[in-house]
Amino acid sequence: MKPILTVSNLSKDFIKPLDLIAKFLNKVGQDNKEEVVHAVDDVSFTVQRGEIVGIVGESGCGKSTLGRMVAGILSPTNGSVEFDSAQTKTSDLPQALQTQMIFQDPFSSLNPRKRVIDIITEAPIFHGLIARKQKNEFAAEMLQRVGLDPDTLQRYPHQFSGGQRQRIGIARALAVSPELLVCDESIAALDVSIQAQIINLFVQLRDEFTLTYLFISHDIGVIEHISDRVIVMYLGRIVETAPISSFLQTPNHPYTKALLAGVPRLEVGKREYEPVSGEIPSPLAPPTGCHFHPRCPFAIEKCQREAPVLRELSAGHFSACHLNDEAQS
Amino acid sequence: MKPILQIENLQTHFFTKAGVAKAVDGVSFDINAGEVVGLVGESGSGKSITGFSVMGLVDAPGRIVGGRIMFKGADIAAMSPQELQSLRGNRISMIFQDPMMTLNPVLRVETQMVEAIKAHDSTISKSEARVRARDALGLVGISAPEERMRAYPHQFSGGMRQRVSIAIAMLNRPDLIIADEPTTALDVTIQGQVIHEMQRLCEVTKTALLWITHDLAVVAGIADRICVMYAGRVVEQGPIASTISQPLHPYTRGLMGSVPSQNRRGQPLQQIDGMVPSLLNLPVGCAFQNRCSMVSDKCLSETPGPTDVGGKRLVRCVNVGQEQAS
Repeated sequence: MKPILTVSNLSKDFIKPLDLIAKFLNKVGQDNKEEVVHAVDDVSFTVQRGEIVGIVGESGCGKSTLGRMVAGILSPTNGSVEFDSAQTKTSDLPQALQTQMIFQDPFSSLNPRKRVIDIITEAPIFHGLIARKQKNEFAAEMLQRVGLDPDTLQRYPHQFSGGQRQRIGIARALAVSPELLVCDESIAALDVSIQAQIINLFVQLRDEFTLTYLFISHDIGVIEHISDRVIVMYLGRIVETAPISSFLQTPNHPYTKALLAGVPRLEVGKREYEPVSGEIPSPLAPPTGCHFHPRCPFAIEKCQREAPVLRELSAGHFSACHLNDEAQS
Repeated sequence: MKPILQIENLQTHFFTKAGVAKAVDGVSFDINAGEVVGLVGESGSGKSITGFSVMGLVDAPGRIVGGRIMFKGADIAAMSPQELQSLRGNRISMIFQDPMMTLNPVLRVETQMVEAIKAHDSTISKSEARVRARDALGLVGISAPEERMRAYPHQFSGGMRQRVSIAIAMLNRPDLIIADEPTTALDVTIQGQVIHEMQRLCEVTKTALLWITHDLAVVAGIADRICVMYAGRVVEQGPIASTISQPLHPYTRGLMGSVPSQNRRGQPLQQIDGMVPSLLNLPVGCAFQNRCSMVSDKCLSETPGPTDVGGKRLVRCVNVGQEQAS
């Protein structure tokens, strides 16, 4: 089947412009270069309709930047995000409406001066999806869909708790009947028991409306629970992508293994932590070759020179590590 | 052996315009030397306020209105500010969630560390204090401590900064460390490193540790005993292994069911419906009644006291006590 979302060679560079003094020094003969961060570096993947793809990685790995580019909030420096509109429910909508984003902080992502009813109906009215007269019924239906009481339509966001506010954010996203939801750490700010409620809601909505999700999180426990496929990122690059079963059973990349080993788990109980050494390097000056080699316990000489490419190990399981080449030859 | 910290029926209330918020309402537990106790709860459960009460850091409109906090035989709740000051950062120290907010941004790490040593030991010379500070940094796994000491907090990464605040907490070889969400702001691999250091240090120095967090999985990996708080009360406490494998209180069970785990992939998570009640307006009887699946008439009228269910476990639930009796 054709994938609904195709991301090819997507890159995003953030450039820190030179300040006045540096510009002046350049004029008189010095050579100050602009600092460039390759937040996302040549990333390609596809997503099937109805799939939940989890993106994991630590802070600064570019997972949020990637999500924002897919949602159309940021424009890419290079590459493309293609959406197969032949597969969508309402193909005459602009692509921007097909992808909606759900943010991390339910406090700052809702306009505090607008009533819930206006927050939910603003976009569909603007795009002519519903008539102004239908506003009330439409918003009530949306609220019910996400498990909120329709009587609360006239309230303001501050009158709701964090979990309820996140539900309003979801209702707002669903209001334009999107195909793809990009959830950027959407449950990270919530309490454990509320997290479970929202995760269940996401899964239930997927089954009801065949939604497709790009689920971005640093919490591997959550990713494991919800995703069909996992993408692991490190410093702007995809290091491994695999269906959930092989991700859990046969993780290949040393970074993935380290991540999985570091996850605190209830069922394991008390144990000694054996951490990966070192810190995440600065994206301003990433290491040469494989970005992970300074922290990798298995690094060989080649890792410093050459960046590994993604290679298929088994069906749908790709990993970018030189050790796999060694094992084959 | 006598416990290093004994909290008995602690009550910390906040007197606000809207009414009295009973943030901590009758909390009791002990910590022995060298023991790690995990204090778990959701936001607003009173877990941080319990930690602040022990440190004597509760600000107006909050006040400790009842109970005793016995630290090595002396009651902290009755101490004068001067006595408390000589205890804080010396015998008891605290690690906070955000190290950027707890370190002074305009002072070198060295200055801050020497200051902390000299505050509690006026006889020590500056150079001796410096050596001690350097050794402490080395102990928490900071490479090249001699050079790193000269740096300002903003020159460290998040994980490094948290290590610095751990080093500062360990400086005067305290008997008790209170860690309030120390790894919540950190990445998984860095969290692993910090937990590893804390585990090692507490083992070596026999320091007792109170680990306050919302993350059950972290506590399961580090603590010897666990206290689960809900709406200002400890609803369940006991040794970590038996509590995790066989939670008795409906809230603890619900919390464990909410944590995604590999074994239950694909199934919906057990969720606790509703939300934490407002502390200003707690229901009569059990505070968990409106979210509990086993609620009975008794829960609406009777506030359950801690029931000893054997195996050093205490549970505050009307139903659990009955099961045991029948």
